[in-house]
Amino acid sequence: MVAKSVLELVGNTPLVELQRLSPPGVRLYAKLEGQNPTGSIKDRIALAMVEAAEASGELEPGRELLEPTSGNTGISLAMVARVKNYSLTCVMPENATEERKRLLKLMGANIVLSPASEGTNGSVHAALDLVERESRYFMPFQYANDANPRAHYDGTGAEIVEALDRVDVFVAGLGTGGTLMGAGARVREAFPDAVVAAAEPLPGDPVIGLRSLDDGYVPPILDVAKLDRKLLVTNADSVAGVRALLDEEAIFAGISSGAVVHVAQELGSELDEGVVVCVLADGGWKYLSASFWAAEDVEAAMETSIWW
Amino acid sequence: MITIRIPPTLRTETEGEATVEASGETVRDLLDDLTGRFPALRERIYPGGELARFVNVYVEGEDVRTREGLETPVADSSTVILLPAMAGGC
Repeated sequence: MVAKSVLELVGNTPLVELQRLSPPGVRLYAKLEGQNPTGSIKDRIALAMVEAAEASGELEPGRELLEPTSGNTGISLAMVARVKNYSLTCVMPENATEERKRLLKLMGANIVLSPASEGTNGSVHAALDLVERESRYFMPFQYANDANPRAHYDGTGAEIVEALDRVDVFVAGLGTGGTLMGAGARVREAFPDAVVAAAEPLPGDPVIGLRSLDDGYVPPILDVAKLDRKLLVTNADSVAGVRALLDEEAIFAGISSGAVVHVAQELGSELDEGVVVCVLADGGWKYLSASFWAAEDVEAAMETSIWW
Repeated sequence: MITIRIPPTLRTETEGEATVEASGETVRDLLDDLTGRFPALRERIYPGGELARFVNVYVEGEDVRTREGLETPVADSSTVILLPAMAGGC
């Protein structure tokens, strides 16, 4: 098969059995989203959000894309924007890593920086302000765009239920909630007793310190009532999970994948037998320059940033 | 006594303490005890006896919203963490 453009290579990612990490009696499978064209699960939603906006007429030639993102979503939108000839501006905190800024610029995105002290919420507010002031911008806004969970219902989730004849536990990382809502719903439709479980990062104090409760944020697409489990994972456990994937399965995944595997193993070990599926959102490449790999105290080295 | 971790944003309400002790058999008991001693905290996290929308409470690392909510049982050895809801997803 020859694809007409990289956009046709989005999705249909491989599922692989993690034989050495599977608890006794349990089959543990991982969906390798790092094998999407730009290396993360966000390719799915970037393409889906842009195509939904084109179909509805909200996005026409000449309009420009704008999104608050410091990472994977921006890189995925940059790919879609390039192929479809749109301009893209990403709003991110000024302390986002140089590596990410450089990759976004290489892919043709414009970058607007928001104050580091306001974190990602500051980027969201800055982007909302820009969209209000300048009508040329169209903001997909992954936190509130139904095309995000729908991409996972139609893609990620559909691919899982097609490939497996049984799912007892489905685990994904909690960010916008798109994967858990969309793929979770699809898995539950096919396997009504399946447990849908979220792995979420336990942020360090310096990160929480930037947020006030009044500024709290629950993504509109996330309905916590639709989750069966919602588990915090420490940075140390996430890194241990990444290392276990490398050491036991030769899979190089990102930080959230370490957390997801940690939770998948925990919930798997509560079963006598069954099938656990987890979603590994990206590869480890974009985290290579991070300092924690060699740090003696992983928690201390990681506590000043959000890692997914 | 059970130790509750308080996020930095709420420490002005707990006289600067990062962890506070409370007693009870459920999350509701703990929050009643805690906010009885730190009344300013009540309005922030537990107005009208219900958990505020932007506050998450974890017992043994699990969000009580996917367990039994305020009726989630706690034991003396339980770890309880309060966190503000934050936007994730990069």
